[in-house]
Amino acid sequence: MPHKVEDIEIRLLLEALFQTYHYDFRGYSMASIKRRLTQARIHYGCKSFSQLQDKILHDASVLPGLMSYLTVQVSELFRDPHYFKAVREKVVPHLKTYPSLKIWVAGCSSGEELYSFAILFREEEIFERTMFYATDINPDALQRAKAGVYELNRMQLFSNNYQQAGGKGSLSDYYTAAYGAATFDKSLRERVVFSDHSLVTDQVFGEMNFISCRNVLIYFDRDLQNRVIGLFNDSLPRKGFLGLGSKETLRFTEHAGAFEDFAREDKIYQKRGVLQ
Amino acid sequence: MSGSFDAVVIGASAGAVEALSKILPQLPMDYALPILIVVHMPPDKKSVLAEVMQEKCKIKVREAEDKDRLEAGCVYFAPPDYHMLIEAEKTISLTVEEQVMFSRPSIDVMFESAADIFGEKLLGILLTGANADGAAGLRRVMDEGGRGIVQSPDEAFARAMPDAGLKACPEAVSLNLEQIVAYLLKEVRR
Repeated sequence: MPHKVEDIEIRLLLEALFQTYHYDFRGYSMASIKRRLTQARIHYGCKSFSQLQDKILHDASVLPGLMSYLTVQVSELFRDPHYFKAVREKVVPHLKTYPSLKIWVAGCSSGEELYSFAILFREEEIFERTMFYATDINPDALQRAKAGVYELNRMQLFSNNYQQAGGKGSLSDYYTAAYGAATFDKSLRERVVFSDHSLVTDQVFGEMNFISCRNVLIYFDRDLQNRVIGLFNDSLPRKGFLGLGSKETLRFTEHAGAFEDFAREDKIYQKRGVLQ
Repeated sequence: MSGSFDAVVIGASAGAVEALSKILPQLPMDYALPILIVVHMPPDKKSVLAEVMQEKCKIKVREAEDKDRLEAGCVYFAPPDYHMLIEAEKTISLTVEEQVMFSRPSIDVMFESAADIFGEKLLGILLTGANADGAAGLRRVMDEGGRGIVQSPDEAFARAMPDAGLKACPEAVSLNLEQIVAYLLKEVRR
């Protein structure tokens, strides 16, 4: 049964990764992690996952490269424009009633979503009263998020998204282009705390008005999804907002009762005002 | 080994809607297996494919959500801009990993994942399409002991996909849509 052996090897590898470096992928959805570890195994020229595990245990220099395989880093500015349109039109009017705001972009990867929020909040004139928290487990991705530099050839897509999301100006107002790269205005991140935070192993670090965590939960198994939604629940005050990816749902988690649909189509939830 | 499948996977691209419209409405409400389908679609649009199909079909048709549990007699379409994978617990995982052969969802990714879980209990069907996505996936299905069917390239709206499928899997059965329906009804029963 070659499959069984392969699956055992993967579990052992993830255990080794956790015990050695404290990166915990043990509760991730297996199908996707297996696919990405297979890519890593081939990249590192290993015949088996056991060989790859040996490399991980004895050569710390493979870790950053391995992390880029294990964490999915595909995003866009204003990805799913209708989500940001719903934030702008439906959530922002509520947020405007608060004197100060905390926003958490959980699993921010290389920062595309963070800059989307910063731009949207600036246009809605609530940027100055907001603290943004952008967290991820991948140090390289966080570095890129802090830099705010993206390939120039992605700007056409980002601009289209921005317009569809109800942008009030031109996306080019917010970046300067040079040498094939677009660098976002550093004033956009002057109210941002970038931080290494693991949804799997770390705890609540503040009370948030809005948590946006999109296309992160899809990589977790049900138990881990329960933990993370519980963490969000504990981080939100009553009436706080939670935004998920377009194909993610609270339906299968044990915390579903703590939230109600706020913008159903756009997967924006609101924590209930009174406990049920 | 007839009647011994646990799931059906289908991949299609150009001409997919017409081809699927000749297959899915023929299946009874109590069809014995879950059917997972990847159709190439533009990433920036909401898909109405599942809704349109549901109106024509007796079996349940839906666009997959993350962690959906596979049920017999239900069709799951991969949503635009997500890969669809299958877990050992017979649930669906969606991912936004990189495009494969310029596609997300990718037929190869779904077929390979399903082959890994269902092994010889999987029936893979490759239909019309204008590119070679699905060929490597069908190869994997058959390598794991599953059965492979390819729509007859002469009948297909676009023959590149079935041609590539047959090239990668010479031992796959080539059938026209009518025969595929008959196969699904006769060979695959509760």
